[in-house]
Amino acid sequence: MRFVLALLAVLAASPALAVLPQEMLADPALEARARAISQELRCLVCQNQPIDDSNAPLAADLRRLVRERLVAGDSDEAVMRYVVQRYGDYVLLKPPVREDTYVLWYGPFIILALALAGAAVYVRRRRPDDAQPGVPLTADEEARLSALVDRKDAP
Amino acid sequence: MKRLLFLLPLALFAVLAGYFYVGLQRDPAEIPSVLIDKPVPAFELPPVAGVAKPGLSSATLKGDVALVNVFASWCPPCRVEHPLLVRLSRESDVPIYGLNYKDKAEDAKRWLGELGNPYRAIGWDFENRVAIDFGVYGAPETFVVDRKGTIRYRHVGAITPDVLERTLLPLVQKLRAES
Repeated sequence: MRFVLALLAVLAASPALAVLPQEMLADPALEARARAISQELRCLVCQNQPIDDSNAPLAADLRRLVRERLVAGDSDEAVMRYVVQRYGDYVLLKPPVREDTYVLWYGPFIILALALAGAAVYVRRRRPDDAQPGVPLTADEEARLSALVDRKDAP
Repeated sequence: MKRLLFLLPLALFAVLAGYFYVGLQRDPAEIPSVLIDKPVPAFELPPVAGVAKPGLSSATLKGDVALVNVFASWCPPCRVEHPLLVRLSRESDVPIYGLNYKDKAEDAKRWLGELGNPYRAIGWDFENRVAIDFGVYGAPETFVVDRKGTIRYRHVGAITPDVLERTLLPLVQKLRAES
């Protein structure tokens, strides 16, 4: 029982938050949306950390901005667009799928397909060689072969 | 044809090497501004209390090619670049405007009193509202704004004599000749 409780406590424990209590919105639904958006936005100071996790002052300012936009009635997409208009696609931890990012998103699959095609061609080219029936031995070769086999059998 | 196929790995390697050659020389901390060739965001900032210079607004930035320098008293590289700006303000007629970034007014005042004030006007952005509109992610940053009030260039980090002589000033000359 105690073990189960301890396990529950460990599982229930959330990582320390960078979001300060005074930053949070009173409305839990808005706050949840703000948190979700903040997870998607990259902190520009401590790169590759979302602003939700970051203790950088700029991240705190951006978290405040996100909440202000939400309170003002912006949709999630509008808030994202607001930040992207200022800091560029770079702030999005997940790059958008667009014509100029197709290579990024689909490139690996294209390379994989090329590799598979190459492997298929290679395998297919080899197989006929191996499967070809051998040219039958001439009488002369037959005699030499049996001579060799016989010699091997001898002590 | 079959011969050429053997060159494919070499070609792929060359492409990859090209990417690395360019990519590894870039500073990943330097994020390109999306505001280049866009008008400066509309803003109006109060002056720094106690400093005898007016505040800054987007209207101030129209009319002449200008430098907008984001600075703060708490920022060490700002201290490094500051003498260059002071000298530029004395030796040339290029207008320099200041955006005081997340700074206490009394700190900014003391800092400018100590190091000199190269700015024609300074906007006090304690709450980081206007700087976010400019896409500022740290101090110092310096924007070059043309006569129409369009942002044409951003330099991230301290201005060095090299950056000033080879990039900023030639750009200012070019933009002044433009219209």
